Amino acid sequence: MRRLRFLAVLPLLAVLCGCNLVVLHPSGDIAAQQRDLIVISTILMLLIIIPVMITTVLFAWKYRKGNTEAKYEPDWHHSTKLELLIWSAPLLIIICLGALTWIATHLLDPYRPLDRISPTQQVAAGTKPLEVQVVALDWKWLFIYPEYGVATLNEMAAPVDRPITFSLTASSVMNSFFVPALAGQIYTMPGMETKLHAVINKAGTYRGFSANYSGAGFTHMQFEFKGLSTADFDGWVAGVKAGKDGALTRQVYLQLERPSEKVPVHFYPTVDPALFKAVVNMCVEPGKMCSSDMMALDAKGGLGLDSARSMLSLTYDKYARRGSTVFGGQQTFVVGLCAPEDLSAAASAPLSVGGARVIGGGQPAGFTPISAPSAVQLPTLRPSNI
Amino acid sequence: MVAPTNVPVSPIFGRLTLESLPFHEPILVATFAVVATGGIVVLGLLTYFRLWGYLWKEWFTSVDHKKIGIMYMVLGIIMLLRGFADAVMMRLQQAMAFNGSDGYLPAHHYDQVFTAHGVIMIFFVAMPLVTGLMNYVVPLQIGARDVSFPFLNNFSFWMTVGGAVLIMMSLFIGEFAKTGWLAYPPLSGISYSPDVGVDYYIWGLQVAGVGTTLSGVNLICTIVKMRAPGMTMMKMPVFTWTSLCTNVLIVATFPVLTAVLALLSLDRYVGTNFFTSDLGGSPMLYVNLIWIWGHPEVYILVLPAFGIFSEVTSTFTGKRLFGYTSMVYATVVITILSYLVWLHHFFTMGSGASVNSFFGITTMIISIPTGAKMFNWLFTMYRGRIRFEVPMMYTVAFMLTFAVGGMTGVLLAVPPADFVLHNSLFLVAHFHNVIIGGVVFGLFAGIYFWFPKAFGFRLDPFWGKMSFWFWLVGYWFAFTPLYVLGLMGVTRRLRVFDDPSLQIWFQIAAFGAFLVALGILSFIIQIGVSILKRDQLRDTTGDPWDARTLEWATSSPPPDYNFAFTPVIHDSDAWWDMKKRGYKRPLTGYKPIHMPKNTGTGVLLAACSVAMGFGLIWYMWWLAALSFIALVAIAIGHTFNYNRDFDIPADVVTRTEEERTRLLASQVNA
Repeated sequence: MRRLRFLAVLPLLAVLCGCNLVVLHPSGDIAAQQRDLIVISTILMLLIIIPVMITTVLFAWKYRKGNTEAKYEPDWHHSTKLELLIWSAPLLIIICLGALTWIATHLLDPYRPLDRISPTQQVAAGTKPLEVQVVALDWKWLFIYPEYGVATLNEMAAPVDRPITFSLTASSVMNSFFVPALAGQIYTMPGMETKLHAVINKAGTYRGFSANYSGAGFTHMQFEFKGLSTADFDGWVAGVKAGKDGALTRQVYLQLERPSEKVPVHFYPTVDPALFKAVVNMCVEPGKMCSSDMMALDAKGGLGLDSARSMLSLTYDKYARRGSTVFGGQQTFVVGLCAPEDLSAAASAPLSVGGARVIGGGQPAGFTPISAPSAVQLPTLRPSNI
Repeated sequence: MVAPTNVPVSPIFGRLTLESLPFHEPILVATFAVVATGGIVVLGLLTYFRLWGYLWKEWFTSVDHKKIGIMYMVLGIIMLLRGFADAVMMRLQQAMAFNGSDGYLPAHHYDQVFTAHGVIMIFFVAMPLVTGLMNYVVPLQIGARDVSFPFLNNFSFWMTVGGAVLIMMSLFIGEFAKTGWLAYPPLSGISYSPDVGVDYYIWGLQVAGVGTTLSGVNLICTIVKMRAPGMTMMKMPVFTWTSLCTNVLIVATFPVLTAVLALLSLDRYVGTNFFTSDLGGSPMLYVNLIWIWGHPEVYILVLPAFGIFSEVTSTFTGKRLFGYTSMVYATVVITILSYLVWLHHFFTMGSGASVNSFFGITTMIISIPTGAKMFNWLFTMYRGRIRFEVPMMYTVAFMLTFAVGGMTGVLLAVPPADFVLHNSLFLVAHFHNVIIGGVVFGLFAGIYFWFPKAFGFRLDPFWGKMSFWFWLVGYWFAFTPLYVLGLMGVTRRLRVFDDPSLQIWFQIAAFGAFLVALGILSFIIQIGVSILKRDQLRDTTGDPWDARTLEWATSSPPPDYNFAFTPVIHDSDAWWDMKKRGYKRPLTGYKPIHMPKNTGTGVLLAACSVAMGFGLIWYMWWLAALSFIALVAIAIGHTFNYNRDFDIPADVVTRTEEERTRLLASQVNA
């Protein structure tokens, strides 16, 4: 009983302290639909939870030892009707909830482009969503706006009521991109690209952060998400274009991705257009082969002996490159499959696949290192659980 | 994160240097001083009272399932103090670190604290307590003399201790993992966690995991093969049923944990790429594998608790359990379904909508058998005569608390809802809601319920009730604010906060932790007071609660051989049935009883494992190699030990049983 009363007071307390239950009062349509789902499922479950809790207290009180007036049937232990009830009542609730889950999970799949901006407004045909590429760095957030050719650090803005398409990845460890007021979170993972579609409906400044622990600087891995009117957003973009942090080139990125905390907001007026793809494919460093290229080669059957010399360009050895040797397992090569002479012969022979020159970074002299990831692209990388 | 540096590896000390000792951390130095002083006092007292021989002969080398069960409980309670100290440190840090204050824990320390809290509470508190109760109670409930493999049981226990020792070592030698309790790569890979912390994590869990897996094998075999005549599967007590299911889960899932940690160690030690992002590795593979173990683990803990609640409810309502058959089927269904839900721990990693819905719906389906169980307890209370002893109080508190935890759990199983609640303090509140409200309450109910069986006297009810109320109210104070904070969009594992409006909630939570501390203190006082008042609390009947299952048929504490004659079972409430039908203890015709002999091999093997783990953690290759050789040699040597059984002579059995007859008679006369 005491607990029940305490629970009843809770919402009241929340109101009294004036705290901001952002999950229950979001400002973006996706988050609002997710909130609705929370409320509906809770009500559905309370249909059974509340009677159970009340009956528990009631039975505990009524059949206490001191109450000799209550019936006592020590051998009563079965009732087919009750058994039917106790299995079917939860089953019915779960059938409703399961159907709801199936539909809502598909409708609110973060990979699904939006079809509405708010409950009353559909996405107009031909609307171009705002594309934002997000990179989780140690421990800050990088946002690239390909449409505007600009990038920002630890601050992001989007125009109100325009769909946003996020493409996300990370430079080192897993993080989770989360702006509670906007939409649910999605993980950012190195070497993988995730997607999120969302829209912000109300102008304002909201909190964004990493929702997955990522090391010492995790606590401060926060940014401001600004919902702006179209005019304000254009002004903001102009401000970024006037930013003093210079171009975000690969070299600047490689400096930036090093661990640092509480980094102030940066505005980069220009950005290497291929940077995001290179980050996803772990080939920002000149001389590294992009994993998309590697996959393209593998799809054609691999290089056989020639692979031996590709190993180094495939290795994401950023610590070793900075001169701080990683302690622990050193890179090893399998040479047992061929004689050393074969290997050196293979290394000096021209490299080819099916007669065509291989494109990709990091090949020895005689090959032109390319600065952008190759045109050979597999379908968008997506985390797989199959 | 500190970028990895070149660490010199000495051939003798590996990477262990004087700097590995945390002299610069005042909190750790103080802790060490306290632990060391306490340790010296305990060791001194043991030596002064000449208890070493007694402990070694009667306890450490014992293969008696009852003594091993008690040692598991002692281990769990000691580790509870450590795990709870970590919890208090976190609550204090989060309550303090506002308005520009950085709190009192730097990230380096705080990140170890929350990792250690999770690891210790699951692996070295909940697991030993659950295993301890199963070890103690199951053979008695099925009328067996011991478990199937008594030496294996002793070995399993010491391996669990070995894991705990490694984890505790990390407190004072080096550091613990700073990765969160499941150590997701790439963060736990060598590039981002080059220090010894993750290695302590790996080897601590690997050593303890051997013990857990083997004790699972042992208990399955015991339950399947050693039941008293007449006890068919559908006449087994519910606690034995839930133990069986739990051990099936252990045997099926712990090898997955062992394998995934082995792959992680290969990544860390020899440079393979199972879980790196490059060269074809996939960190998500680790996340899948660890949760294929991790989700069933939750049921490994909670199923025995469900069993305890079933025993407690029918005993204290003086009534047969309602719907025994549906209870058993519910348990089995939960066992099977628990393998089909692991992905709900990472809906937000971008698996497609169909995969997410599948795992969301399977998760919800588990709530159906769980709900059925809840109703079964409810209807067991219906038309009963409920005696509100402490275990029954825990049961009612569990039903109310767990209902809320179950509800938030189903809520989190709805993928779009999980997108906004995943990794938030709402999630933290949810799993503490089910683990404290389910497992911990169950364990305390079980401890209070079976304590008189184990020691021959009941626990003091006053301090038991104090402990109960502090735990219950403390739980709600500590975790309701976390539900609210989760809805405010606050994520877990944060160390410092900017928004001052959050502080009040963390302060309430800290107050809740303080109440829980009083609950733990009351529990310890309760044990002390009960020992002092043991003569008043004495149980001479062997059946202090007027209970229903077979363990109450024998004396408290039971003799080494449990039952002088193996009972014949006619009913699932075997003892109740015997009492009803006017069962008379046979008083003559005792025969010698064949029993296993104690052995120190388990202790030695576990000690070698700890040495090997320590060697691998610090790259002292010679130590690892030597202790591995010793480990294998001792194991082989033990197979040549043919002197491993003896008979308790008939006259000793006669004397023991006559003593019991005298006690029972004095009870009747009094």
